[in-house]
Amino acid sequence: MSDPSVVEGDGVSTAPAPNSTTLKKFYHDMLLIRRFEEKAGQLYGMGLIGGFCHLYIGQEAVVVGMQNALLPGDQVITAYRDHGHMLATGMDPKGVMSELTGRAAGYSKGKGGSMHMFSAEKNFFGGHGIVGAQVPLGTGLAFANKYKENGAVTLAYMGEGAANQGQVYESFNMAELWHLPVLYIVENNRYAMGTSVERSSAQPDFYKRGQSFNVPGESVDGMDVEAVFEAGRKALEFVRGGNGPMILEMKTYRYRGHSMSDPAKYRTRDEVQSIRDRKDPIDQFGKKLVDRDLVTEADLKAVDKEIRLIVNEAAEFAIEAPEPDASELYTDVLA
Amino acid sequence: MSTQILMPALSPTMEEGKLAKWLVKEGDEVHSGDILAEIETDKATMEFEAVDEGRIGKLLVAEGTEGVKVNAPIAELITEGGEAQPVAAVSAPAPVAAPKQEVKATAPTPVATAALIEPSVPDGTEMVSTTVREALRDAMAEEMRRDPDVFLIGEEVAQYQGAYKVSQGLLDEFGAKRVIDTPITEHGFAGLGIGAGFAGLKPIVEFMTWNFAMQAIDQIINSAAKTRYMSGGQMHCPIVFRGPNGPASRVAAQHSQDYSSWYAHVPGLKVIAPYFAADAKGLLKAAIRDPNPVIFLENEIVYGKSFPVPKLDDFVLPIGKARVIRPGKDVTLVSYSMGVALVLEAAEELAKEGIDAELIDLRTLRPLDTDTVIESVKKTNRIVTVEQGWPVASIGSEIAAQVVEKAFDYLDAPPARVNGKDVPMPYAHNLEKLALPTVEDVVAAAKAVLYR
Repeated sequence: MSDPSVVEGDGVSTAPAPNSTTLKKFYHDMLLIRRFEEKAGQLYGMGLIGGFCHLYIGQEAVVVGMQNALLPGDQVITAYRDHGHMLATGMDPKGVMSELTGRAAGYSKGKGGSMHMFSAEKNFFGGHGIVGAQVPLGTGLAFANKYKENGAVTLAYMGEGAANQGQVYESFNMAELWHLPVLYIVENNRYAMGTSVERSSAQPDFYKRGQSFNVPGESVDGMDVEAVFEAGRKALEFVRGGNGPMILEMKTYRYRGHSMSDPAKYRTRDEVQSIRDRKDPIDQFGKKLVDRDLVTEADLKAVDKEIRLIVNEAAEFAIEAPEPDASELYTDVLA
Repeated sequence: MSTQILMPALSPTMEEGKLAKWLVKEGDEVHSGDILAEIETDKATMEFEAVDEGRIGKLLVAEGTEGVKVNAPIAELITEGGEAQPVAAVSAPAPVAAPKQEVKATAPTPVATAALIEPSVPDGTEMVSTTVREALRDAMAEEMRRDPDVFLIGEEVAQYQGAYKVSQGLLDEFGAKRVIDTPITEHGFAGLGIGAGFAGLKPIVEFMTWNFAMQAIDQIINSAAKTRYMSGGQMHCPIVFRGPNGPASRVAAQHSQDYSSWYAHVPGLKVIAPYFAADAKGLLKAAIRDPNPVIFLENEIVYGKSFPVPKLDDFVLPIGKARVIRPGKDVTLVSYSMGVALVLEAAEELAKEGIDAELIDLRTLRPLDTDTVIESVKKTNRIVTVEQGWPVASIGSEIAAQVVEKAFDYLDAPPARVNGKDVPMPYAHNLEKLALPTVEDVVAAAKAVLYR
């Protein structure tokens, strides 16, 4: 969660502009997600994580930039490529990894898995497995914020693939009609599983997808964490100010397959490598920090070392932790 | 010459109505499209237009008359310079009966009425005749007064006062913040309601009918029913989805379906399907207070029926309890929702033949109160299930399986099921009648399990 908020001229609270501490935190948070996901991929390969596992590698700047622009009390909801969102909200890597391995210490006691994880404490509302279903749900969280007049904003994330689902537009319509405090984030990583934007989308500019409902939108370089933060901060101020919803399209890219079982034959290795070389959100941002004399190469290496330790500990914990007790089969069905 | 103007049917289920107001008087010239009268149906006050041109002769039904049957003559129209005939000379055709296959049991029989009173209601409690529609509205209003987090959302629930008038008056009392008209967007507003539930509000989501909730069924099942489990108990969704379910009348396949067994199949949901007004009220109040997602299946044909409701400040019934609405010793008839009307009437028919039927109204379909059913079967040794839904994987199928598993040795005959026929609902009046279960079907099934 961000530092204590500041109040801008028009009376709407917003996250403060980044300083050297927050910039270093951006780097740390992105790298934590990268290393965590690499480890999750490794555990999947070892058969310790089952089912579907969708990695966030390549997209880290989006969730880290947005999360740091939020204020305490704001909520987050997303689909199933959700590990990054959970770590960004401050959920414990041990609890997340234990859910991936299906253990009792996981956030859902091992009953949810990779795609269905929640933290009431961190205002993280999932983790939803049905493409697009999280969008009306997030709109409902925003409805509750308005009903309770609590000043909170909901971030509802979706991929560009989900942005072709009808319920997304039902949500845009209601959110604008009732001026709900919801910010829609379209993470455009160019491929909905194996189908490229060009093959699926009559209007490939997803930030324009709210136009027929008068929902404003903006396109953002989702590989640049500072750009994401700035765009997020402005958009959140707009939404929090009672102006209704807004859409931010984050132009980003995923390096891995759609899920662990996707061979990703629909794009070339060169395409992936070229983005990694030119646009990698962590490498590029690390260079910027060094260029601005905020850190040294040695500092960045130290951060990496520290994070590898956290991730290794989380993995060891998640491998050792016991499976849920058989009695858990019948709990949590009803209150 | 003169023609007769007949009382119009202004809704699929209307059988009679009130002639609220004449807007013409005897001797007035009228043209097609002129408004002749205001007619109050069970749902709304409607304007009634002239079709033919002419002069109004006699007004046959006075303003303010209630219970005017559909197709009864209400006025004479003199056309082409004819003269009004004395009323006595008009050979009025016998009013054609409106479709009434499901409406036969207009009121509980005296035998059943005695058992309508909930055992938990204290002796001497005053009973007030209330329509199911009013009972549902009262339940919502009482709960909204009690808890500011309860709100109602759906199509036409606010300004229109409810497509079936169930939410009448709620907008006036609670305002637009808590009684919210939506666009036609079932998938969207079901999801929105569930999200609001996750955030701690207690939404009542009205579907204009459950047929339209198929647009939203992914949200109901994947988001509302499963999230508590998937979150290891962290997320809660205290929400009620309600609206009319099952066949109405002459609205054909896409508007006539019983979803009882669909929702009763799903862990993480509670499913309620009341028939009587007291159950509608007491169970809807319980549903709104319940911390789980609750599916509340109403019935359009029952909305206008009046039943006694106990006059108590806070009448709440337990979810998951069936009720023996008439004790008997020869055969158990189990039903819910509109099927209860059939078993009430069938019991009367059977009594004439000396057969003493025990009637059970399930009221809740999930969790199913199998104990009450099994106890009854142990006494009667014979069981017939009755419902309007399709037979395959029906509520009756489930009860038959449970009875066979748990009371096989008590059975003197295989369990019998009376269901709607295994076809999409036809439109034609005769075919629709054939597709729905009848009192005769129930009587025949009861006699079959008695080998009579």
